[in-house]
Amino acid sequence: MESCQLPHFMNTFKNATFVNMVNSRAFFHLSLCVLFHGMSFLKAQQSSYNEKIYGVEFELPMVYVKGGDFVMGSKKTEVGHFGDEGPQHGVALNAFWMSQVEITWDLYNLFVSREIDQYQIKKDETSEVSVDVDAVSGATTPYVEMSFGMGVDGYPAICMTQLAAVKFCEWLSAMTGKFYRLPTEAEWEYAARAGSTAAYCFGEEVSELTHYAWYAENSNEKYQKVGSKKPNAWGLYDMHGNVAEWTLDQYIPTAYSKRKKGVDSPLETGEKIYPKVVRGGSWMDNPKRLRSAARRPSSKKWKKRDPQIPKSKWWHTDAPFVGFRVVRPVKVPSIEDQKKYWSYETD
Amino acid sequence: MTYKSKNQKEKGQSRRAFVQKTALATSALLTVPMSVEGMAHVHAEKKLKLALVGCGGRGSGAAVQALTADENVELVAMADAFGDRIERSLKGISEHFEGEKVINVQEKNRFVGFDAYKKAIDMADVVILTTPPGFRPYHFEYAINNDKHVFMEKPVATDPVGIRKVLEMAKVAKAKKLNVVVGLQRHYQSKYIDLKQKIDAGAIGKIRSGQVYWNDAGVWVKKRKPGQSELEYQMRNWYYFNWLCGDHILEQHIHNIDVANWFVGEYPESAQGMGGRQVRNGIDHGEIYDHHFVEFTYPSGAVISSQCRHIPGTMSRVDEVFQGTKGSLAIGKGEITDLEGTTQYKYPRKWGEDANPYQVEHDKLFASIRNGGVIADAENGAKSTLSAILGRMTTYTGKKITFEEALNSQLHLMPESLTWDSTPPSVPDANGLYPIPTPGKTKFI
Repeated sequence: MESCQLPHFMNTFKNATFVNMVNSRAFFHLSLCVLFHGMSFLKAQQSSYNEKIYGVEFELPMVYVKGGDFVMGSKKTEVGHFGDEGPQHGVALNAFWMSQVEITWDLYNLFVSREIDQYQIKKDETSEVSVDVDAVSGATTPYVEMSFGMGVDGYPAICMTQLAAVKFCEWLSAMTGKFYRLPTEAEWEYAARAGSTAAYCFGEEVSELTHYAWYAENSNEKYQKVGSKKPNAWGLYDMHGNVAEWTLDQYIPTAYSKRKKGVDSPLETGEKIYPKVVRGGSWMDNPKRLRSAARRPSSKKWKKRDPQIPKSKWWHTDAPFVGFRVVRPVKVPSIEDQKKYWSYETD
Repeated sequence: MTYKSKNQKEKGQSRRAFVQKTALATSALLTVPMSVEGMAHVHAEKKLKLALVGCGGRGSGAAVQALTADENVELVAMADAFGDRIERSLKGISEHFEGEKVINVQEKNRFVGFDAYKKAIDMADVVILTTPPGFRPYHFEYAINNDKHVFMEKPVATDPVGIRKVLEMAKVAKAKKLNVVVGLQRHYQSKYIDLKQKIDAGAIGKIRSGQVYWNDAGVWVKKRKPGQSELEYQMRNWYYFNWLCGDHILEQHIHNIDVANWFVGEYPESAQGMGGRQVRNGIDHGEIYDHHFVEFTYPSGAVISSQCRHIPGTMSRVDEVFQGTKGSLAIGKGEITDLEGTTQYKYPRKWGEDANPYQVEHDKLFASIRNGGVIADAENGAKSTLSAILGRMTTYTGKKITFEEALNSQLHLMPESLTWDSTPPSVPDANGLYPIPTPGKTKFI
């Protein structure tokens, strides 16, 4: 405990009051240390932070999302409700951090070019992951200019396959030593609602949507800089609109009907590449697709214009509306289990 | 949220779009405007035999499009310099059709090596030429001399010697009434066809200037592997060697230069430009530049600025815009504005609503073959290829060069004949680096 540093006010307090209580002092010191460390540990767990990417001046803000229960799905009476959003059911989730904004090209292109891999953090016993960056398979350089002239600096990355998004998470984990993955569909909806039970995080009024989201009506036919509208109650931006976001789940339209009694941390695993679930709607969509409960299946068609065979595993040439954000669960899975989150679609 | 197979969907869409397009059918470049009635009478009675020459990703994609365009087409032969590329291609094509169509290219009809193309072409009615572009003139020549219809990818050559051959064979193809489609697929893309019609109708007056772009992070690199001969290495990492690729101003940016030629309605009279390799300059990057900026001057006086860059972390843009005497056209936005900047026209269809032009070009090719039509893309393909080669010549030399000079140039990058024992045209020094063209020193040949 030699290294245990008490805060300044604690030292003053200790010296003034307990100066002669030699025997009990060591015990007290120990208790304070444990108490204080425990508190700081808890504090770190409950606060948001900026993930620093070494090798470039880039920080990814991560918002702490407390664990809890929520009602997933939507009522039949919700405007725009689609059959796959029901029945509503209770879901319990553990705490996690979620990136405050969608992953932008600034960061995504570093994964594609792999030019900062040499700056990966040295893994030690405090690391959540052991993966070496060299072991992470990389996306190919696309033939088509994938931002389609809509902007790169501060704009969301698009057109990646779910595999590419998953591998990005593995790469980010290798670079930072922390375990990152895509959100599950349930985590995504929980975070999007931010406590709301209405169609949108702010309520039911579609007229309000323009303050929170980029969508067909206000996007000027392109995606916009992330974080330029109002955040939801938990401080997350662009959960509605801008780009739709990949989740980990297989899209099963009837998935909710098996969850009537309520579920803990659901995840629909599946080997099939299509369809996976994307959430949140995009700059191309009408309001109903932006609803917190709205689910959209991915499709092979999103590669229609890829002129190559086999079509790229990494790029959806025809999906300029799809991007993603990352989460970091507070409870870190075992090294073995981590792999499941990073390689649903193996090479 | 129901699922049809991709093939069903693509076929359905391209057919629809085809009808829409033929209903328009007035573009100057669509040399064979076919009526909707004509389409209805297409009977695919005769089996058309298809050969694929150049079995990379793009060639395999083109084969799938050909097999999708017409129900009675059979892939009978494949040729590539490398056997592993053929096997990979065959697997990819078969998997694409997932049992909807049986792909059965017999092993004896999978030809490997530098002269494999002849054997594959011999077996076919229609051939797909998708090797690296340096080989194209020779493959095209053989196909036309043997009376085959052709789909060939852009660019169609890497040097003026090759261009002259393609121009010569383009005439022969026309005389023989053979169909030749070149993969400058913007000519088969509804948006471009629609906007070109507006420009021809005078929507922006006469084009005086324009800017065309292919700026992005660049393409793949294939690192040298132990045991590879210099020739095999260059053939695998072909993008970075001029005899095979012609530099990215040609291999990719040709699309945008070609659109400039198409919309201005002329080929450049002269060009001057600058370029270099600032970032992509390692031992894996052969001899090509990573950026070019060229000013093309047209006979009408129009000046088109062309820029292409392969540098990660820089502004990305692939687009064409033009300024005329009455207004401007921005093709990416699909927008025509007047001189005050007020929108006069907006291309109505949204993202993804247009038919896939890579499919349309094959739909047109096979429909034309069935109807006895003649699509003759080779001449424009050669002249747009030459325009990009001209651009490259100006950035490498730093000189102003005319289109005529480029056309008559004696530059001959592609070896006359190749075996696996041949030495490629450029070889690395002791440090593994290749001679790099230097403005002011590199001579115009």
